Parts: sequence; C-alpha cells; structure tokens
Amino acid sequence: MTQLFEYAPAPESRSIVDIRPSYGLFIDGEFTDGTGPALKTVNPATEEVLSEVAVGTEEDVDRAVRAARRAFVKTWGPMRPADRGKYLFRIARLLQERAREFAVLETLDNGKPIRESRDVDVPLAAAHFFYHAGWADKLEHAGLGPAPRPLGVAGQVIPWNFPLLMLAWKIAPALATGNTVVLKPAETTPLTALLFAEVCQQADLPPGVVNIVTGAGETGRAVISHPDVDKVAFTGSTEVGRSIARTVAGTEKRLTLELGGKAANIVFDDAPIDQAVEGIVRGIFFNQGHVCCAGSRLLVQESVHDDVLAALQRRIGTLRVGDPMDKNTDLGAINSAEQLARIRELAAYGETEGATCWQPEGELPDRGFWFKPTVFTDVSPAHRIARDEVFGPVLSVMTFRTPDEAVAKANNTTYGLSAGIWSEKGSRILQVTDQLRAGVVWANTFNEFDPTSPFGGYKQSGYGREGGRQGLAAYLQGEHQ
Amino acid sequence: MTHVLDPGALTGGGSLTGPLPDPFADVTRSNDAFRAFLHGLPGVDQVGAQARVTQLGTRSIKSTAKAWAIDTAISMVDLTTLEGADTPGKVRSLAAKARRPDPTDPSCPAVAAVCVYGDLAGVATEALTGTGINVAAVATAFPSGRASREVKLADVRDAVANGADEIDMVIDRGAFLTGRYLDVFEEIVAVKEACGPAHLKVILETGELVTLDAVRRASWLAMLAGGDFIKTSTGKVSPAATLPVCLVMLEAVRDFRAATGRQVGVKPAGGIKTTKDAVKHLVLVNETAGADWLSPDWFRFGASSLLNDLLLQRQKLRTGHYSGPDHVSVD
Repeated sequence: MTQLFEYAPAPESRSIVDIRPSYGLFIDGEFTDGTGPALKTVNPATEEVLSEVAVGTEEDVDRAVRAARRAFVKTWGPMRPADRGKYLFRIARLLQERAREFAVLETLDNGKPIRESRDVDVPLAAAHFFYHAGWADKLEHAGLGPAPRPLGVAGQVIPWNFPLLMLAWKIAPALATGNTVVLKPAETTPLTALLFAEVCQQADLPPGVVNIVTGAGETGRAVISHPDVDKVAFTGSTEVGRSIARTVAGTEKRLTLELGGKAANIVFDDAPIDQAVEGIVRGIFFNQGHVCCAGSRLLVQESVHDDVLAALQRRIGTLRVGDPMDKNTDLGAINSAEQLARIRELAAYGETEGATCWQPEGELPDRGFWFKPTVFTDVSPAHRIARDEVFGPVLSVMTFRTPDEAVAKANNTTYGLSAGIWSEKGSRILQVTDQLRAGVVWANTFNEFDPTSPFGGYKQSGYGREGGRQGLAAYLQGEHQ
Repeated sequence: MTHVLDPGALTGGGSLTGPLPDPFADVTRSNDAFRAFLHGLPGVDQVGAQARVTQLGTRSIKSTAKAWAIDTAISMVDLTTLEGADTPGKVRSLAAKARRPDPTDPSCPAVAAVCVYGDLAGVATEALTGTGINVAAVATAFPSGRASREVKLADVRDAVANGADEIDMVIDRGAFLTGRYLDVFEEIVAVKEACGPAHLKVILETGELVTLDAVRRASWLAMLAGGDFIKTSTGKVSPAATLPVCLVMLEAVRDFRAATGRQVGVKPAGGIKTTKDAVKHLVLVNETAGADWLSPDWFRFGASSLLNDLLLQRQKLRTGHYSGPDHVSVD
C-alpha cells in the first residue's frame, strides 16, 4: 500500500569515507602487516565486502604489548598530566571534525542507522574524550587517593554493537589516567577503530600509547592473557566474560567486565503513556536491540496493559526498517549472519514455548541480515525469551499488579545491568529504584548515556564501572573498586 | 514504511467512522466529575515530548516528498491578517493571493482559507465567492476572550452573518487555569450552537496554558464540547505554536477518534514561518495522528509569512535556483 506522504530516499553519501582495500595492525604508531591470514569485513545491510583486515597473532599482540609498555615507561607515563589532557582534547576535537566520516563508516560496517551513528555514537564518543581529557590533570581531586597512579598496559576487548563508542569508553579513561592500551575491536566491525588509529596519528599521539590489533577470538585471547598486560577490560557476552575471568584469575591483572543484560522496563499505570511508548521503542529497538542494557523485558501494570500494547503496536507500525544509510531509517540491519541466526533461534523458542508473536507488516530487503521488530505477549517469566539475552529487536511483554510484584519480576534475572521506570509519581520512582538490583536505572527515559554517569552491572552483567569518577578507579592503583 | 498490523489496535475493535456510543456522556455532569476526568488523562512528560519532536525533526524530506509536502502545506494555509490596521483593501489583496498564491504558476494550489476579524468577513466572502476557499473569522472577543458570554456570542453571530464559514474562538483561559472546566466547556457548547453551519475552531492559547498536561486537558475539553478543530494560539501570545504542543494535540485527536469515532482537526498558528517548520509539522502529523489528518480538512497552518517562504521553496524546486523575496508579493 502506498503512503500519502511517502518519504523519498534520503541516502547519506558514502563518498566522504575512503575505505582501503586492506588494513594492517596499528602498532607503535604505524600500520604494519599482520602475520596471520586476513579476515573480510562486510556491510551487513548488503553483504558487500568492505575491506580485508589483518588478524593479529600472538606474536603481533606481543609486539603491540611491548610497544605499549615502552610508551608507558618512556613517554606517556612520565608525561605531565596536563599534556596528556591536551592530547585527549585534540583527539576529541578531531572526532568532532571528522564526525561525518566516522558516522558513515560506522553505519557501513555495523548496519546501524546513520541517524543513530550520526546523532548518538559519534557525538558520545567525542564527549567521552572531552570528559576524560578534563580529568587528566585533576586525578588527585577525584577522591581516589592523594596521588593516584596508573596501572600500566591495558588490554581491552570490545564488542560490535557500538564499535567506536565502546572504543571511546575504553581508551579515554585509560589514557586520562596515564595508562597505555592494546585494543582489539570486534571481528565484524574493525573499521572505525582503524580510522581512530589514523586520528591518533593526526593528533601526534606518541607511538605505542594506543595500539589497535584486529582479529577474532584468538587475538582477543592473546591480548587478555599476555603476561605483561596489567589490566583487562572487556565488554561483550557473559559467556566470553566468564572465560576471561577464568583466564585472569590468579594473576596480578585487574579486571573489569561489562557483560549482558535482560533489563526490565517497568510501566506503571500512572505513567505518561505516550512517552513511555517512545521509551519502550527506544529501549528495545535502538541499535536493532544490539544493546547490552536494552529494555528487553517490558513489565506493564495490568490496568494499562491493553492501552500500552495498542499504542506500542501502532508506534512500531511507523518504524522505518531498511537501508541504514537512509537518513530516515529507524531500524537497520542485524550485524552478522551469526547474530541473526541466534535471534531467530530464540524467537522460535518464544513461539514453541507458547508466547504470542507480533510483527508489523512490511517487506525486508532481499540482501543483508534483517529481523523485523518483534513483540512477544503472553510471556511467562519461565520462557527463554524472558530469561536469555536475545540481543536483537525482540521485546517480551509481561504484566504485574503491584509495585512489589514489579520489583520481584524485574530482579528475577541473572543479569543486572539496567532497568527503567515509567511513572509520573516521584515517590514511586524513588521507592522502586531503591529496590532494583541494576547498575543503571532510568526514570521516564531509557538508553540515555552520558560520560559523567558510571555504567556497569550487578550479577552476571559484570563488575567495575565505566564513566564518571567511578570509571577512573578501574584504571588506577589502589582498592577503589 | 509499514502499517499497523491490527487495525483494531487503533480503536479497540471499533470502526473508525461509524458513530460509537458516547463513552464520555456523563463526564460533564458536574465540575468535579469533569475535573476528575480531565486530570485522569495520562500525563505528558515534557522532556520525552521534546525528545520525540527533536527526533522527528531530523527526518530528511527531499525531492518528490518535499514537493508533495510544500504543495500540501500551501493547501493547508489559513492565510491570516489580524491587525487593528486591517482594511477592506488589504483583505481583498489577501483574497487574491489566496486564490493564486503564485500568479506565475497555475499549478500552485490555492490556500484553505482566509482568516480575518469578523467585521471584515463580509469583504473576504465577497472576494472569495465561488473559489472554494473558506472565510474564517476570529470571534469571542479575540484574542483575550475577556468579555461577557452575550458579547462573545453576538460576536460569533455577527461573523457568521457576514458569511464566515469557520469561526476561530478563544477559550476562557482564566476559567480553565482556575479549574472551572465546566464553564469553559459550556461556553464552547454555546458558541458551537451560535456557529450554526460554520465550523468551529477552538483556540487553546497554549502559550498561556504553559504545561503540556494542561494542553492535553484543554484539547479533550474542546473536543468533548464539540469543537471541529483545536488550534494552538491566537498568534498574539508568545510562545505560539511549538512542536511539542502540536505533538500533544495530535495525540489527543488521535486518541479521541479512537475512543469516540469522531475526527477533530488540528491547527497550529503563529510562529510557523519557514518551509522547514511546516514540513516538520507535516512529519509530526504523519507519524503521530497518521495520514488521515494530512489534508486541509483536518490540518491547517495559521500563518501569514509562511506562505511566501513556501512559494519561494516551491520555485526553487521547480527552477533549481532561489529567487529573491521580490518574486513573491508582500501582504
């Protein structure tokens, strides 16, 4: 059916980025060839191969760690903190200057809508560098001891859902506190990290302060298990996080883990319904639901369940699914075939276990990896779709009668990364928030991020905090965590 | 773009057009009951509403979509002059512009209506006879509304007698803000009756209501009282039309139709000066109330300078270059 007001295609031009046919590893301030076979990175919206990227071997990782150690001992460690801050400010400004380039590249490599990479990922990444640049020469005022000292070399492994933003969350605090880093981007989304390496060169960052070693699981394992790495920071799945914890156990390495989630988004009957519906949509369909803190469990008070569901379905019907490069797209491509298979598998469990599946009408593109926005109703807390992290655009709806029941259901998960509350009543918000075991609780909003606000989980969502004053502690010596 | 899968989701199973039993028949039985009803409407989170319109403001409307939006916006304009210095000559000039907004291009649509003070409605009617363009007249002691009910009703009857097809009334904001909801309601009912066949637009003057909660309540009040349109502002109070206010009013007409089966129009007025503003409003209509409101029967722009900007942008799309402000007529 044709629309009365049909938005013409409004594709962002990709001419601003110059994707090289192949990329090496960024070690000691230079791009060097990897010793292993290369891997291909594809555009998940078209399955087009974008580039070939080197796979770092144990030997490559060792070179990177040695470069990082040298930089820590010789340049970055002894540098005046105010000068370290200057470099970070410079990087932040360069990220802003090249924002469009980063946004386009992020969307091509990841599949997320250009609207989100342009308005969320890239500005927030720059904000993280600005924020931490300010801390660089003020660490003694952070309440973390009179003269907090860096740890040394940080080995960091980041996921594919927010490639540049997670890089910023990792690198900015590490550098601001005087550490040097070896970072491994995700296998399917290495390109913005490599563009960031160019920014480091452009900013004249001393060689070895930031090293980017691309690759898959093996490369990541080499980074976290390298004996000269002092600190391991990982964002990703709980399964991999568990194996990292095992690897690191018994060593001197410090560890922070930011893992999965199954957040409850609780809508009380006195909620601002229209805004709550927006928040539900933002909670689960932002970034195709590839968000560890996604509001994947909707808990609605029984008395407004039907109203909320009707409004939610109507709203989901207006979501524009398709070409991520189109400026009007709301929901882009699933990042990989592997992830799509996992989403399909869990959604299939939802149906066989007796939940009711609803999806809006509309066609999906023929090529690429796609999954429609999906809502499951009649979900029981025992169903897998109510317990397992789907990491896709799949919402499970449950109901509750009393605030106590809402809290009990919200906390009934092995995760504890985030939660949301919708109510016009301030006292209820405070009372319920106090009882939720989640690292971040949003009130009348969802998926709102800021570098000043610490982020991290309870239970199997990990430990340690990123962002804010608390996030600095993860990269400083002492018993602050 | 996709659609609502379950059409019943909009209406709770009812039909969109057929008359439904009036579920709100008894909410106006007393001021207390009416207050309980209006205050029982879901609240509006100001920050969330602002975030929503900011997000929709990033919609990129290009080429064919822009051409459609510009023509649609022109056809929705209530070309307005509401100055003490208005003259019959100015109204005739405005009427001429309303019929042929772009004299060099016959494919340019006419506007929806010409909006004037009641005493000039006769002049406008004469100038617009046979054109299909409506004459709208402001009444009820516009813009303050500070007069007795008799005077307001006389104002309305006078404008209708002068040929007005549409009456733009103002609500008694003083009564509304002090909680005398039933007084406001009864006045609108009386004005609606005095309108006879003329369509009634109810101006909420949202710049004086201030909160979005109050905008939602006033919208429902005006719709329950029989208003055919709800309109943001007189244009004499700042801020006039804003996107969050328009969002809340569009949600109100959408929900009201779902509940009662009756469709009510929306008219933002004042402060909408550029094509960009107008397109943002159309996107808001499209993605909030839906395509059923995308016609001059259900959505209007109360504006004067907006039309010239729409015409300049229209010329730009057709010719590929901008012409100067001397290529459109000054009003």
